[in-house]
Amino acid sequence: MDTIILSVIVVGITGMVLGAFIAVAAKKFAVELDPRIDEVAGMLPGANCGGCGFAGCSDLAKNIVEGKAPAGRCPVCAAETVEKIAAYLGQAAEKKEKMVAVVLCSGTLSNSKMAAGYNGVLDCRSANLLNGGGKACRFGCIGFGTCARTCKFGAIEVIDGLAVVHPELCVGCGQCAEICPRKMIKLVPAAAPVHVYCNSLEKPVLRRKKCAGACISCRKCVKAEPEKMSSQGFMVRVNYSNAPDASIVEKAQCPAKCLLTPEEHLKAVRDGIKKNEGAA
Amino acid sequence: MNSTQKVVKFRGGVHPREGKELTASRELRIAPLLEKYIVPIRQSIGAPPTLCVKKGDAVKKGQRIAEPGGFVSVPLHSPTSGTVGDVVEIIGVTGAAEQAVEIIADGQDEWGAGLDPIPNWENTDRELLKKRILDAGIVGMGGAAFPTHVKLSPPPEKNIDTLIINGAECEPYLTADHRLMLDRGEAALIGASIAAKILKVDRVFVGIEENKPDAIQKMTELASKYKINVVPLRVRYPQGAEKQLIYALTGRKVVEGGLPMDVGCVVMNVGTAAAVHNAVVLGEPLIERITTVTGSPVADPANFLFRIGTPIRKALELCGGVTTPPAKVIMGGPMMGFAQSNIEVPITKNSSGVLLMAPEEVEQFMGNPCIRCGRCVAACPMNLLIPQLSVMVEAEKFDMAEHNYVMDCMECGICAYVCPAKRPLVQHFRRAKAEILAKRRKK
Amino acid sequence: MSEENNTVKLPEPGSLIVSSSPHLHENSSISKIMLQVLLCLLPAVLAAVWFFGLPALKVMVYCVAFCMLLEYLWCRLMKQKSTLCDFSAAVTGLILALNLPSHSQWWLCAVGSFVAIIIAKQVFGGLGQNPFNPAAVGRVALLIGFTGPMTTQWVAPTPGAFVGAFDAVTTATPLTLAKAGAFQATTSATPLSVAKNCAENVDPFAALQTADSYWNYFIGNMGGSLGETSALAILIGAIGLLAFRLIRWEIPVAVLGTMAIFTWIVHTTSPSTTPGPLFHLLTGGAMIGAFFMATDMVTSPLTRRGCVIFGAGIGIITCVIRIWGGFPEGMSFAIVIMNALVPLIDRFCFKRPFGWTHASGGAK
Repeated sequence: MDTIILSVIVVGITGMVLGAFIAVAAKKFAVELDPRIDEVAGMLPGANCGGCGFAGCSDLAKNIVEGKAPAGRCPVCAAETVEKIAAYLGQAAEKKEKMVAVVLCSGTLSNSKMAAGYNGVLDCRSANLLNGGGKACRFGCIGFGTCARTCKFGAIEVIDGLAVVHPELCVGCGQCAEICPRKMIKLVPAAAPVHVYCNSLEKPVLRRKKCAGACISCRKCVKAEPEKMSSQGFMVRVNYSNAPDASIVEKAQCPAKCLLTPEEHLKAVRDGIKKNEGAA
Repeated sequence: MNSTQKVVKFRGGVHPREGKELTASRELRIAPLLEKYIVPIRQSIGAPPTLCVKKGDAVKKGQRIAEPGGFVSVPLHSPTSGTVGDVVEIIGVTGAAEQAVEIIADGQDEWGAGLDPIPNWENTDRELLKKRILDAGIVGMGGAAFPTHVKLSPPPEKNIDTLIINGAECEPYLTADHRLMLDRGEAALIGASIAAKILKVDRVFVGIEENKPDAIQKMTELASKYKINVVPLRVRYPQGAEKQLIYALTGRKVVEGGLPMDVGCVVMNVGTAAAVHNAVVLGEPLIERITTVTGSPVADPANFLFRIGTPIRKALELCGGVTTPPAKVIMGGPMMGFAQSNIEVPITKNSSGVLLMAPEEVEQFMGNPCIRCGRCVAACPMNLLIPQLSVMVEAEKFDMAEHNYVMDCMECGICAYVCPAKRPLVQHFRRAKAEILAKRRKK
Repeated sequence: MSEENNTVKLPEPGSLIVSSSPHLHENSSISKIMLQVLLCLLPAVLAAVWFFGLPALKVMVYCVAFCMLLEYLWCRLMKQKSTLCDFSAAVTGLILALNLPSHSQWWLCAVGSFVAIIIAKQVFGGLGQNPFNPAAVGRVALLIGFTGPMTTQWVAPTPGAFVGAFDAVTTATPLTLAKAGAFQATTSATPLSVAKNCAENVDPFAALQTADSYWNYFIGNMGGSLGETSALAILIGAIGLLAFRLIRWEIPVAVLGTMAIFTWIVHTTSPSTTPGPLFHLLTGGAMIGAFFMATDMVTSPLTRRGCVIFGAGIGIITCVIRIWGGFPEGMSFAIVIMNALVPLIDRFCFKRPFGWTHASGGAK
């Protein structure tokens, strides 16, 4: 019985002493933190994607509160959230357009001609140092999915050796565009309904030899909407500062099936596999 | 005067199958003139030269077609007489796109008014000789393609006392340097003497691996005329690597990030030495080199004297083509060479060999996990802890890899050679080095 | 070849493989290494069957089968590429079997295999990722969880009588005898067990240390786990291991050397505490541990110096457990403990790259 009482006393006293010590320490060594930082961090998405350029969401919150970064720095936040943060800090929210990433390439394995068999690390950045993987086209997607592994939001899927961004999942943080060794993932306004899915700078004859999905630079789309499309050299792009609406697909009748909405592109990529399986 | 030079053993290394018997005893063949040469504009480390001719210009053999783009840069010369064609984009040796200029031969192969021979080089000013080496466009022909005139211009505070002529040729299959020493040994030794004069050094070594006894004998006989020591070296890859070679011959260690000149040495390939001789004594710029075309699928492997800009396709045609379809075409040796995706790639100043491998000889890299057998650690000549490093690179922890000395890796390929899991280790380390360099540049 | 140049056969475009250098590889692979290990284990397997008869064979078949089955099931469940063909599971199973008593029940084998393959290996990420030797972990788990079947149910060897082993005479291993002090060698405990419980006598181990008994220990004619008994068979296998370059000689030399020195010191200062060094080297798991378990590539250090430290650590821990610890045998404990230290040893023994000096700031 004595033993039990003794142990209870010893443990009790130890606990009290340590508790008092912690209480004193907490008072004495307390770090003054701006409470607004926690509040702002709570409003940010919390994915720590790094798209803002700071070390995670709480770091961005600290910088926003300290005025070193604008409230709209987070590329992921919806406009309402930005407004909320700005209102909380008493700042005026600036309007920003929602951006999404897009892989402007139709070079699926079914479409691509292979220049060589690639045997090595299945990572685009490694492959880029070694003949750029196996595909013959040197401008298109390598297809080993480094961007898909980088994406914190699971918005990129590699289908048939081609990375495809799902715009509904993409938040536009831009990490994929950063990591892509060919720098061929573009951040475009989410409002743009169509894209030209080819990134090649080569002569159309040469690029068609390497990829059955390549743009042939016929410029039908440019003729259909001269203001809303742009062409530089052999490369045709949507003019993203004045994007055409989806009706241009009907109007242009792209012979190479390169001018597509993201949904049609995704479907075309998926169908490519089926066609391939059917042939095999 | 076979020297009693004590040869130190470097750590690690391997002895792969040699494959040199395919070409070592074959006589050197001189490649006939082609109709068209494709000359890559950038053929050396440093600034790319700028083209000084345009399409349609008539050029003579040995005429300058590009001017150096800086101090660490060399001019480029026309391999034959004819007209300048298009500037085209080709896939280069490393697999990256690069610019090349076409030279359409007129079949005359006429020398232009270029460099005057300096037969009396012993009494010529050192700066003039150096200028001549620059004018002749000479770069290191062993592999790195470092401009030779830069190598021969060490800063005055570096006290250079040793010139090492690298005839080790430790890469399996290649015999270009071996043939060069047998057929043009004297030229190499004169070239070495010229380089020694420029550097003002007395101590000149020619290091040759012991698996070339005929070359050692020939060179030793010839060297007695010059003040040059021929030293037989242990047969062990990578005996011909600069740092290992210096260590083996002088016992000096080149510090990480340092150059051979930091320990008073200059290393030069035998082929480069012979080119120095041609430039000075004969007044010929560097427009041709000896290249081994070999491998089991090649019908008639041999060493050739090729003009710079000869596509691999033509080289293979001269060898009678292939007997079986090869799985790999490699520019360079099997340990450090680059696999090519097409056979239009031209031979450049540093192409020591074209190696074809049959499908059954090619072992594929696998993504197998490391089983920590430690064979790479035992064999790595740089003492790197490869299992840890490779895991760090796979996890993309490049900072950590940098702290663990990944930048010391010289990509000799020994780790991947011994790896039973067939891990693509060299590719990992190349990636890590590229990422780290890119990050350093950003800073 | 044809006379015309344009009919010369050249490589087809698109048929070539690009890969990073090097393009030559040594003729080795993981499965080849594992098969070589299995080959080197063959003498120990044969010795086990010779001394303990068919039950021994049954234990080995159980363990190998369970290990390979569990590996297969895990890969199926985790939707990974099957790693069955690298034979590493077979090696683990066989080494585990050689660490079990000859009359082990099937469930003992199953539990051991489960711990070895699933807990010690696969949950850490499979081959190459496991910090601990799977077979050693399996044995340790059984030793702690099922101390009875693992330490008392020894069967006396019946050399050559394959069927005779069915009416088994129970016995003790020399180590058990050394530990227990019960040196009626006729009822055969493991030699080490006898060595343990007999501190009062002047030389309580006399019966364990005759020339005859040493010969029996050497060829394996004593009670014990399947593969532990025959030093001769292990040594034959070890020659193979060294010849195939599968192990670094530093580890077994360090393990056995340290054990010999340590026990020699203890034995000379106090002969009643423990038998002499030769006894310790020839009995228990010293041989199989030193040559086949401590040398496991995945769980041993990478550098030579590291191997020496690692081996010495195993030797000391083993002897401490044998002489003063609660179990008659400490080899597998020692291996698992030292496995945990391998990353530290690797870090400590890392030599700076060629060319680095202290002056050049190499120490990081």
